[in-house]
Amino acid sequence: MATAYDIATKQANLEKDGRAPVVAVENLQKAFAGHKVLNGISLSVDRGETLAVLGRSGTGKSVLLRLIIGLAKPDSGSIRIQGQDIEGLALDRMGEIRKKMGFLFQQAALYDSLTVAENVAFPLEHHRREMTRSERADRVMQLLAEVGMEGALKKMPSDISGGMQKRVGLARALALEPEILLLDEPTAGLDPISSGEIDDLILKLQHERQMASIVVTHDLHSAKTIANRLALLNEGSVAIEGTFEDLQQSDIAFVTEFLKLS
Amino acid sequence: MSDLGFTAVAGVNPPLPGRRIEPPSSVAISATGLGEGFFEWFGDLGIFFWQVLRAAVTPPFEWRELIRQLDEVGSRSLPLVAMAGGAIGVIVSLEARYSLSRFGAKSMFPATLVYSVIQVMGPIITGLVVSGRVGAGMGAELASMKVTEQIDAIEASAINPYRLLAATRILACILMLPLLTLAADACALLTGWFAQALVEPLSFHQFVSSGFKGATFSAFLPQTFKTAVYGLIIGLIACFQGMRTRGGAAGVGRAATNSVVLASLFLILADVVMVKFILVVFP
Repeated sequence: MATAYDIATKQANLEKDGRAPVVAVENLQKAFAGHKVLNGISLSVDRGETLAVLGRSGTGKSVLLRLIIGLAKPDSGSIRIQGQDIEGLALDRMGEIRKKMGFLFQQAALYDSLTVAENVAFPLEHHRREMTRSERADRVMQLLAEVGMEGALKKMPSDISGGMQKRVGLARALALEPEILLLDEPTAGLDPISSGEIDDLILKLQHERQMASIVVTHDLHSAKTIANRLALLNEGSVAIEGTFEDLQQSDIAFVTEFLKLS
Repeated sequence: MSDLGFTAVAGVNPPLPGRRIEPPSSVAISATGLGEGFFEWFGDLGIFFWQVLRAAVTPPFEWRELIRQLDEVGSRSLPLVAMAGGAIGVIVSLEARYSLSRFGAKSMFPATLVYSVIQVMGPIITGLVVSGRVGAGMGAELASMKVTEQIDAIEASAINPYRLLAATRILACILMLPLLTLAADACALLTGWFAQALVEPLSFHQFVSSGFKGATFSAFLPQTFKTAVYGLIIGLIACFQGMRTRGGAAGVGRAATNSVVLASLFLILADVVMVKFILVVFP
């Protein structure tokens, strides 16, 4: 398992020759009301790589994603996005970094007053102002076709199922062609067939776009399918990080129990 | 008094000389907490206002959302404000006629109605009606967006939520309140004249010329345009309460209620200050 020092050294060396990890998190700590949720997490993700973050409920997996995209601030530690430390960045400067990131929320978080098409068009309207109306409509259609939702253009989010909402959320997250994709429980609450479809979709997107992805999930089967590496969190720290085979071969009691019960 | 009764009140009594000092009671602790909460709330409001202000003056400007909010605050509040204004006109007319008759000053009726409505009743009634309708609506809408992570989604999409959601709504309230006040004043004067004309013949022309005789712009404009400050208070508090909501459906309900209650309260308090200010600056 890589230590914080290893990652910092790797980061410094790679930064010298311009090959820094796309996302590098070092010794991250975060507490809520005195309760430590993250206790010194260090992780990194390279271009074209998918890291699945697993763990029990309440171990800070979603908090980790929120910290990476800047929706919350860490108590200590650093987060570097393409070599840029995001600590203390102003909202507008952080916005420039966020344009390179796509975020799929656990409940999709679609804008409930907008149609499916308007939801996907939303980031384009704000950041691709040079696009004409027809170019934008074409792009929205293309994105929805990519996630298999081209038939739901004019539907409201409340009129489609949870799985469909996640697909639309994914299309919205991809609208600005991000280099980093953060997925918070993409298959939670879905039936096995819908979960499989979402997994296939993520794999296809990874193959086509070569993004750096972090997927937070409880679903070990899904993690095994879509991720190159897995990190298992326990009590705010990384219990183990590696391939699925590394996890299987581990003799850490928590890891064997987690694998056995998943 | 029983021991139980004494124990129950001992915590709120000041410690007497030689008496054992008790640890702070729950009442004292909650009073301290309330004080801290009060200052924390104002501090957070100040930071929120600064962020909105900074977002509002830096491009890109959210013109489309502003126009949508102007419609939401202005056009959609107009019927309610007009009805409230109309009702106030009738009430003031009835009360004024009765009071003026008692003092033999019936000829003062048009001026009394005009001044009462434009200087006092129109602005405050418009403010309170808009505070109820728009404050609750904005507070609940933004709170609902907050608890369903839609505001986080806006921020994650690299869009400044202070600019898109708060600045546009606050600006719409600031711009629309004076216009809605003019509409309320017009309705109140019309219904007030009509209520009087039903009892005693009084042409509208006579009413207007007598009511506005000797009136200057400075007598009416500051009173009407002070409602822009009401708009700032309503928009700011509704957006602030909505965007800091926590706790699901209960939180949404609380945000809506707090938006209306606090906006109405601060609006009345601000009126006290502004009335004095206007009297000093526009004597």
